[in-house]
Amino acid sequence: MSLRTPLGVVRGLGSAKEGVNHWWWQRITAIALIPLALWFVFSVAALAGAEHAIVLLWMQSPVVAALLILFVSVVFYHAQLGMQVVIEDYVHTEWLKHACLLALKFTAVFLAVVAVVIILQVALGTGP
Amino acid sequence: MAEFTLPENSKIRDGKQHPKPASTGRLKQFKIYRWDPDGGENPRTDTYHVDMEKCGPMVLDALIKIKNEIDPTLTFRRSCREGICGSCAMNIDGTNTLACTKPIEEVEDEVKIYPLPHMPVVKDLVPDLTHFYAQYASIQPWLQAQTPPPPDRERLQSKEDRAKLDGLYECILCACCSTSCPSYWWNGDRYLGPAILLQAYRWIVDSRDESTGERLDALEDPFRLYRCHTIMNCTQTCPKSLNPARAIGEIKQLLVSRR
Repeated sequence: MSLRTPLGVVRGLGSAKEGVNHWWWQRITAIALIPLALWFVFSVAALAGAEHAIVLLWMQSPVVAALLILFVSVVFYHAQLGMQVVIEDYVHTEWLKHACLLALKFTAVFLAVVAVVIILQVALGTGP
Repeated sequence: MAEFTLPENSKIRDGKQHPKPASTGRLKQFKIYRWDPDGGENPRTDTYHVDMEKCGPMVLDALIKIKNEIDPTLTFRRSCREGICGSCAMNIDGTNTLACTKPIEEVEDEVKIYPLPHMPVVKDLVPDLTHFYAQYASIQPWLQAQTPPPPDRERLQSKEDRAKLDGLYECILCACCSTSCPSYWWNGDRYLGPAILLQAYRWIVDSRDESTGERLDALEDPFRLYRCHTIMNCTQTCPKSLNPARAIGEIKQLLVSRR
């Protein structure tokens, strides 16, 4: 049983004075993903059934490679921002919450870097 | 983790069936949540029948009739019976609202009545709102200005600035919105909830207040403010037809515009 006053409990450690950047970047990346995702889906659909060499040629165009890198970067950044909110909402055991957040950030960065490396390998023609 | 099932001692069982009245009028069935802190028993739902030809039109009329004529142990808060005090906020037919302004006829078959969701229960339909009121106190709901008021009159406000308080000042702090919000259910210990954020915005937009920056500082927090995910339950349930979700959106916009 705690004898702290209800107001003392509510004021707690005070305001973190952050959160606005997280909220703002989630919206900016959401807006960026509209054209990027549309471009990606339509491009891949247009390439459906194309020969391997044609797809490689497409990916080796500098604009396409740049857009692909942007697309996967923004996807993973946006995804980890959103997943962070879900974890903070539902995981209330303090150590577990931090472990989940850490695992989330590491996984997102790792997957994004792998995707970028693959795109670069294909675009530069140095892939396996 | 967030808990999605009720703890064992909170599971609701079927309770007493009170006998139907002898009258031949149109009977309406009420199923009401009951919990007695002294008994050590689980909560239960008791069933009552009220003759609608001898009862007022609102759910509160029926509750008072049940307490007077059938079961004096039924416990609930009420005061003004006209939707201005907020005392009789409860969950009726699945929606948080005021018993005094909710017509019985709007509920098609039996009327299910529970206390406001996810709050500690004091007894029957009475929730413990201590934390909710402390959250209200924490936003300092009073006018704060460095400039002293004119000695001979009140602080002036233009008609346009006064109009900005419409849709905010009407909030009666009944807690229907906050207790309908899933974010408040899971994180109510730190998330301020729609009612308190609407009240905070009411002081942020008041043209006479000079502490807007400090007020925004106090709200800029991943939990206090940003647990709001625009679910909109608050706006849907508000018995005064206010829009707390819009007020929260305005706070978020102000925080972006001062970056």
